[in-house]
Amino acid sequence: MANIPENLRYTKDHEWVSVDGDSATLGITDYAQNSLGDVVYIDMPRVGDKFGAHEAFGSVESVKAVSEVFTPIAGEVSEINEGLNDSPEKVNSDPYGAGWMIKVKMDNAGAADALLSADEYEEYLSTIG
Amino acid sequence: MRYIPNSPEERAEMLATIGLNSAEELFRSIPKDVRLQRALNVTDPLAESEVIASLETMAAKNTGATKSSFIGAGVYAHYSPTVVDHLIQRSEFFTSYTPYQPEISQGTLQYIFEFQTLICQLTGMEVANASMYDGSTATAEAYLMARRVTRRDKIVVGRSVHPEYREVARTYSKHNDSEIVEIGYDETGRITGLEELDDKTAALVVQSPNFFGCIEDLKALADAAHAVGALFVVVVTEAISFGLLRSPGVCGADIVVGEGQSFGIPMSFGGPHVGLFAAQEKYVRQMPGRLCGIAYDKNGKRGFVLTLSTREQHIRREKATSNICTNQGLIALAATIYMETMGKRGLQEVAAQNAQKAAYSAKQIASVDGFSLPFSAPHFNEFVVRGPRPAVEILERLRTQNGVLGGLALSKYFDGHDNDFLVTVTELNSKQQIDALTNALKKADGW
Repeated sequence: MANIPENLRYTKDHEWVSVDGDSATLGITDYAQNSLGDVVYIDMPRVGDKFGAHEAFGSVESVKAVSEVFTPIAGEVSEINEGLNDSPEKVNSDPYGAGWMIKVKMDNAGAADALLSADEYEEYLSTIG
Repeated sequence: MRYIPNSPEERAEMLATIGLNSAEELFRSIPKDVRLQRALNVTDPLAESEVIASLETMAAKNTGATKSSFIGAGVYAHYSPTVVDHLIQRSEFFTSYTPYQPEISQGTLQYIFEFQTLICQLTGMEVANASMYDGSTATAEAYLMARRVTRRDKIVVGRSVHPEYREVARTYSKHNDSEIVEIGYDETGRITGLEELDDKTAALVVQSPNFFGCIEDLKALADAAHAVGALFVVVVTEAISFGLLRSPGVCGADIVVGEGQSFGIPMSFGGPHVGLFAAQEKYVRQMPGRLCGIAYDKNGKRGFVLTLSTREQHIRREKATSNICTNQGLIALAATIYMETMGKRGLQEVAAQNAQKAAYSAKQIASVDGFSLPFSAPHFNEFVVRGPRPAVEILERLRTQNGVLGGLALSKYFDGHDNDFLVTVTELNSKQQIDALTNALKKADGW
């Protein structure tokens, strides 16, 4: 059973979002990291890059696949998790903690409210098996 | 590919099975207006003896390969040990394509790994790929890679980079929003115009020895590129120069691309040749092409694998680093066998012979009345000669009167160089040939 913390918001692309004021922290969910397998590389954006909602901001490469990661909310990248350059496996071991990927300064602070709650994401996971 | 012959009866049977009357009907789903509405313009079938006779007639037209020649400019006449051609004709090598199921192609992967290793050693780079089509496409890929690494769009390239390489790279870049700025050369023959470098520049692209044969001051150019945060890309068309000159990597190159034809590959009327592509390891994920690596199985046994394939288009589709999904396998093998046969000392010896014979030729030709060397920078095995009349006239005269291909007229590519021609001297040019060229030029005033 995938770990789905109550306090986060989720997308159907299996990203999670944690909101603090107008700043959002993004990563991929426990379900996503488990599906990908061992993550070996993460292609990150740069601080200052701007993304619209649902745009790919980078990609996660595992031993068996490459998947793009999408930001569900529009904004500007304010920080990236440099630690993942040397230790991409943190995405596997601690997807909601040390495995966070980027922080985004949201164009619209309320944008994350429209995303899935933990219950809704869990419900979604049950429908895709 | 297997040749599977079938008789008219068998073809009729196959068509009947799928309910068609003719092979032509196989194509009926293709709209008529995009189909060729006539027979292909090819000759009727020939008997084997006729095929051989016709190929021999074509080959006989290639008189350039049999003449005393001082033409280089990107394709060079060098000695190739017999073992190179002999070994590549083994069917395990000769018929195999780039490995798409790599694990079962250990022999192929091993020579690719050796090729990459040798190219790294020669270029002074940390990673080399399994090869590109040729030097020009490798150069074009370096433009693209530099833009990915720096996320900048401006490429500053010397006009002393091979004109055909620049043209191919321009074609590659035509629809991708890059800005290509060409910079010139000074009276020494070296690159100039570095004031074009700025904080929008993705790469400074320099050839050394350059198209005029001049050896560039790579260290200073690397510093200039790095000062604005651009990558320094070094192009090498004459791979034998690696045997004598300090490697581009030692001089600060970030990407080294080039042509490997000099490593035992026949001139072959311009191809197939083999592109070299090497870079610093920190940029490996932005590199184009196939990469072979070493891995160990659970018993600790060594094996060869294709690695970092997620850069490639069969996995990454439109996000791939390149649309090359293959390599110049057989030619890379020939280059590998050449390098391993010659060895370090052999390559140094060939390079030294090239440099010495070219130096002797330059001195001899410069001593002829009316002839001079317009560029003063040091050269390797090519140099520009300025004559007393248009170079095309001089070269035509040498060809028809003396049976010598005296060089390449620069007017083919450059304005303002009507009297200049590029002379290339390799280890295959004997002293007699060099002296004969010099003597023929002595008469130029009286033509």
